[in-house]
Amino acid sequence: MALEQIREVRGHGVPVPGDDIDTDRIIPARYLKCVTFDGLGEGLFYDERFGEDGAPKGHPLDDPRYAGATVLVSGSNFGCGSSREHAPQSIARAGFGAVVAESFGEIFFGNATTLGLVCVAVSPEARRALSEALRRDPALEIVVDVDGKQVRAGDRVFEASIPESAREALLAGYWDPLGELLEGVGDVKAAAERLGRAGAV
Amino acid sequence: MSQPKSLYQKVWQEHAVRTLRNGQTQLLIDTHLIHEVTSPQAFGMLRDRGLEVLMPERTFATVDHIVPTHTRVEPFEDALADEMIRELRRNCAEHGIRFFDLDSGNQGIVHMVGPEQGITQPGATIACGDSHTSTHGAFGAIAFGIGTSQVRDVLATQTLAMSELKVRRIKVTGRLHPGVYAKDVILHIIRTLGVKGGLGYAYEYGGNVFERMSMEERMTVCNMSIEGGARCGYVNPDAATFAYLKGRPFAPEGAAWDEAVSRWSSLASDPGCRYDDVVSIRGEEIPPTVTWGINPGQAISIEQNVPTVDGVPESERDGVAEALAHMKLTPGAPIKGTKVDVAFFGSCTNGRVSDFIEAARYLEGRRVHPGVKAIAVPGSQHVKAECEQRGIDKVFEAAGFEWRDAGCSMCLAMNPDKLVGDQLCASTSNRNFKGRQGSPTGRTVLMSPVMVAAAAVTGEVSDAREVFGVAREAVA
Ligand code: SF4
Repeated sequence: MALEQIREVRGHGVPVPGDDIDTDRIIPARYLKCVTFDGLGEGLFYDERFGEDGAPKGHPLDDPRYAGATVLVSGSNFGCGSSREHAPQSIARAGFGAVVAESFGEIFFGNATTLGLVCVAVSPEARRALSEALRRDPALEIVVDVDGKQVRAGDRVFEASIPESAREALLAGYWDPLGELLEGVGDVKAAAERLGRAGAV
Repeated sequence: MSQPKSLYQKVWQEHAVRTLRNGQTQLLIDTHLIHEVTSPQAFGMLRDRGLEVLMPERTFATVDHIVPTHTRVEPFEDALADEMIRELRRNCAEHGIRFFDLDSGNQGIVHMVGPEQGITQPGATIACGDSHTSTHGAFGAIAFGIGTSQVRDVLATQTLAMSELKVRRIKVTGRLHPGVYAKDVILHIIRTLGVKGGLGYAYEYGGNVFERMSMEERMTVCNMSIEGGARCGYVNPDAATFAYLKGRPFAPEGAAWDEAVSRWSSLASDPGCRYDDVVSIRGEEIPPTVTWGINPGQAISIEQNVPTVDGVPESERDGVAEALAHMKLTPGAPIKGTKVDVAFFGSCTNGRVSDFIEAARYLEGRRVHPGVKAIAVPGSQHVKAECEQRGIDKVFEAAGFEWRDAGCSMCLAMNPDKLVGDQLCASTSNRNFKGRQGSPTGRTVLMSPVMVAAAAVTGEVSDAREVFGVAREAVA
């Protein structure tokens, strides 16, 4: 079952400073008390954005100049920590289509790709330049080009990297693997049979 | 003989079902563990698509993340938590999944239950919607955390779309000083290799320090692989592994046991196999280690001072400044002596019987500092029962700890156990992220169980060797 083919994400960007931004920060654990993912967008970066009294702390996501941004730009090891899919869910549900960072926590990267949330990595210099450019000109148009493995900001072009498997999956519309995994169920049963109960209990 | 292979490669190749269009592998998952927080949406997705659970006998469930640990009377006060637990019960009943429920005597943190039941076995692929699934690698399993859509994938197909990892062997040889524990070893590794050092790798822990470790200690080490960026970490199976598993409810019996042991033994990494990277560390170099910052790699020896912003490379300055500000620590000051408000003892890292026994040795006859709230949360109902049988609960209680029921508790504070305001918690858990323990301004200092006992007693971050008079043997 092919899904939408994602060749690029185009829109405004917002710089979120910091390295090693963990998924507890992206979505605090109290937002995990839910049996659906609906409404998770509101919890995105909640404790980074609001004080305990609910007053905004001046986070870039609440800066009106970045309203409507669809590309989130951040530092290295973005999305490390907990495996909670609630993290990429909240980013996607808050309207983002792509995250550009220096590197990603692995579980986060897989979770995001499965949702069609594009994650590409850029060099520290490129990330700095991108963030700078966005601070100077929040209206700058950003293009995350999955096919060409580039991030373009105005007239500047940055090399981007993405594992070939994720790139293929996005371009071909197979980013959610379930359909393809289901096609293999016959083989799966045979493999389970071959391995017998050994390894499994 | 065929080319020597690592355990990771053998298990991967054995479980690879086929190659997917994008080049990833459809990987058979032998054993799937689920809990109340990351599974409900997955069952919802199955329902939406009209799919069944393919092999329900390979999924096991328990409740851990949001269960209260101070009361077990249902319905729970927190209506949302109560609903999540009921939802899991419903899903398990509907799909015929075995559920270690609160009244089973077998409930606990999912990473405790698997090993206790003998469900966790060498050479298996194990997945769970929880990043600390790496714990099961202690048995020579390839075990990793997955997201909720992947929980759906495993339920529906018993497989995952995965890319093969590289393997880094981390060798720790020599001896550990008295007062240095498995927790210090893994904190030291993370501190040395960094929190992103393991991206793209599975960690194989080898060398005589790991070979001498008990299974519980190996679990502590493998548990925190993910904090070093490695999605899974393992120790090759050996006699200790088999001795632990023998006789457990789901372990093979009789002739099947002997067969399993020889099969498991054959899966250990072959001598001379190729690793993508090898790191060697001397056991003698590892000090009692504590975190000072907001990720587990921001760690120092108990005898060191907190860093200063100017004292670190330029690229780390922002991170260090942010961590110092959050932790409200004086740059350049000793970490020892930092005032502690809460002592948390528990979690899938250090909530096992041996952790409680070791700390109880030192807590006996001592009192928790009057300014400290101290809670002890066994990782499972089995741990709780065994500690109580040994009288360890009494030692903790006499010292002034609250003795709780099994669950994750203040490791992530989804239940009523939370830090308040900017309280500082000396914790045996695995994450010191901002807000992790339930208060956005709360502060966490990670350390070994005996170090938490010392902090509880003194009311400050302390060197347990000094507090408890442990001789520092000179190492030849
Ligand atoms: S004890 Fe903590 S780290 Fe372990 S499973 Fe529970 S919440 Fe996760």
